[in-house]
Amino acid sequence: MSMPPSNMSPSAEAASSQAGTTRSGLAEAARPPREHYLNAGYGIKSWLLTTDHKRIGILYLLSVTFFFAIGGLYATAIRLELLTPQGDLFQPDTYNRVFTMHGVMMIFFFLIPSIPAVMGNFLLPLMIGAKDVAFPKLNLASWYMYMIGAGFTMWSLMHGGVDTGWTFYTPFSSTYSNTYTTATALGIFINGFSSIFTGVNFIVTIHRMRAPGLTWFRLPLFVWAHYATSLIQVLATPVLAITLVLLFLERAFRIGFFDPAIGGDPVLFQHLFWFYSHPAVYIMILPSLGVISEIIAAFTRKAIFGYKFVAFASIAIAVFGFLVWGHHMFVSGESAYSALVFSVLTMLIAVPSAVKVFNWMATIYRGSIEYSTPMFYALGFMGLFVIGGLTGLMLGTLGIDVHLHDTYFVVAHFHYIMVGGAVMGYMGALHFWWPKITGRLYSGFFSHLSALLVFLGFNLTFFPQFVLGYMGMPRRYHVYPEEFQVLHVLSTAGASILAVGYAIPLFYFLYSLKYGAYAGRNPWGAVGLEWQTTSPPPLHNFHEMPVVDFEAYEYKEAPVAERQPYRVVKYGL
Amino acid sequence: MAEHNHSLKPYVMVLFALFGLTALTVGVAYVDFGHPWSDVVALAIALVKASLVVAFFMHVKGSTSMVKISVASSIVGVLIFFMIILTDYMARGFS
Repeated sequence: MSMPPSNMSPSAEAASSQAGTTRSGLAEAARPPREHYLNAGYGIKSWLLTTDHKRIGILYLLSVTFFFAIGGLYATAIRLELLTPQGDLFQPDTYNRVFTMHGVMMIFFFLIPSIPAVMGNFLLPLMIGAKDVAFPKLNLASWYMYMIGAGFTMWSLMHGGVDTGWTFYTPFSSTYSNTYTTATALGIFINGFSSIFTGVNFIVTIHRMRAPGLTWFRLPLFVWAHYATSLIQVLATPVLAITLVLLFLERAFRIGFFDPAIGGDPVLFQHLFWFYSHPAVYIMILPSLGVISEIIAAFTRKAIFGYKFVAFASIAIAVFGFLVWGHHMFVSGESAYSALVFSVLTMLIAVPSAVKVFNWMATIYRGSIEYSTPMFYALGFMGLFVIGGLTGLMLGTLGIDVHLHDTYFVVAHFHYIMVGGAVMGYMGALHFWWPKITGRLYSGFFSHLSALLVFLGFNLTFFPQFVLGYMGMPRRYHVYPEEFQVLHVLSTAGASILAVGYAIPLFYFLYSLKYGAYAGRNPWGAVGLEWQTTSPPPLHNFHEMPVVDFEAYEYKEAPVAERQPYRVVKYGL
Repeated sequence: MAEHNHSLKPYVMVLFALFGLTALTVGVAYVDFGHPWSDVVALAIALVKASLVVAFFMHVKGSTSMVKISVASSIVGVLIFFMIILTDYMARGFS
């Protein structure tokens, strides 16, 4: 990797070619602002006791990256074990713990906080022109709750982990499992408060702290998506908390809530668990949908088609998300009538999701498309999200679900939503706002390479799993008939490509911190308040109170002659 | 609330209304309305009492419409939760 002769040229070029949008001053691109949040204070205390939403976002960024790596190690172990039909690496008991810890780490400590707590924390006040979130101390407390919760879970992990699956189904988890269920559940219980704090903070911030002129329908769709997410976080997370308390009471004191042997009802646990955990899927995917709206508008240089529909689709997804939990229990002894109701409601939630996808497509149509790295992720997201969503509809169909329940088809489906959807959105967001967060540009070549590897590796990992599941391979088994091996080998090969794809950004992001060209205010020529302040932003975000006299996504299309040609190395190294 | 009403009078009136309704609850417990109706009557009285507490003691009456929407939506949320779970429990066919 070598530096281009001039640091200034890439971003200056980008800025000059984007007529009619807010853009960076050319001189600024050459050097960072004198004062910004990263040099506002030094030393460990200035980070651990900070109430600056941007620094808290960075704290979250470091911690979720760590837990993503831990979850990834478990994923690697799972894929290695499944390379051969025999159980080579693990005993059955160990394998149970490995996939459980993979799920727990990825869902509760990576996916749920990933976009809201990292990108949302950093961007929400910037996007609405506020100095900080409404409750900065609560914001810091949320990170501590997250770390304490993670501490308990890590403790149980180091002492042998849990073997119940991330779903903690009773009565196995409450009566029979001989692992550290209580410590893990306690960790998740505490971690839930971090999620609730973030949600409360965002709701109040969006209601009360918008800049003058920033009406609800001028808000970026990222903010709408986070508003919807926060509603779920505040309303659903307490249900998980109380469910885990009941689980604890039954496990510790044999009070019969869920175990039929002492008068409980195991399906009640599933009702309570999924009343949180299905909406939790939307905590993971909704912020991602918001990110994609921002990226697509910026790199097609058009306003999002049907802005209000996309905004209300977020709210509709949040509301409908509360009504579909029973589709996890079609074969768990739920009544046939109830299953019918949930099946119909599940079909309904596809409508707002599809509204979003169609509106993005209509936005891209005749847009001035620029194939930047964030746009790679956004386009990848759209394809994978559609596959994940449509297979979700297949599983929501009663007859098909009986055949596919608890097979690899389900595993493939939710990985298409969570990895193909939520993580692609997270990676897209990281690449889109990295110049804002750090003030530096990263390698164009390597970021394109990693986006492509992630997309290819992901599909190679999880597409074979659809076929495997359809053929009857059950989930959570480490020994399988030999005829499944080819597909498992494909999947493991894909996982290794995926791992490389995820590892590369670690290097070029870190490299950019020291050697990357300065980004300037607005390297993409995007609209939105966050691009009007310096990069990295000053401690209080704006030097003067911004006034909003423009609509959301007020892109004026660049004339055809000035459109960006497709060049891989446009920004950065 | 646009302006706070510092008069104690409404609170005292609500307090006595709650006492009265509590007495009524006890009273109707001695009357047999037939199988579902005893429950319906008792729950209806409880609902009135809860509404009084929410409206007056919790100051929802006179609050901004945002507060009212929040209260209403949380009640709707709980109702949905119970209602949809009942589609399971009432249709399972065990007695």
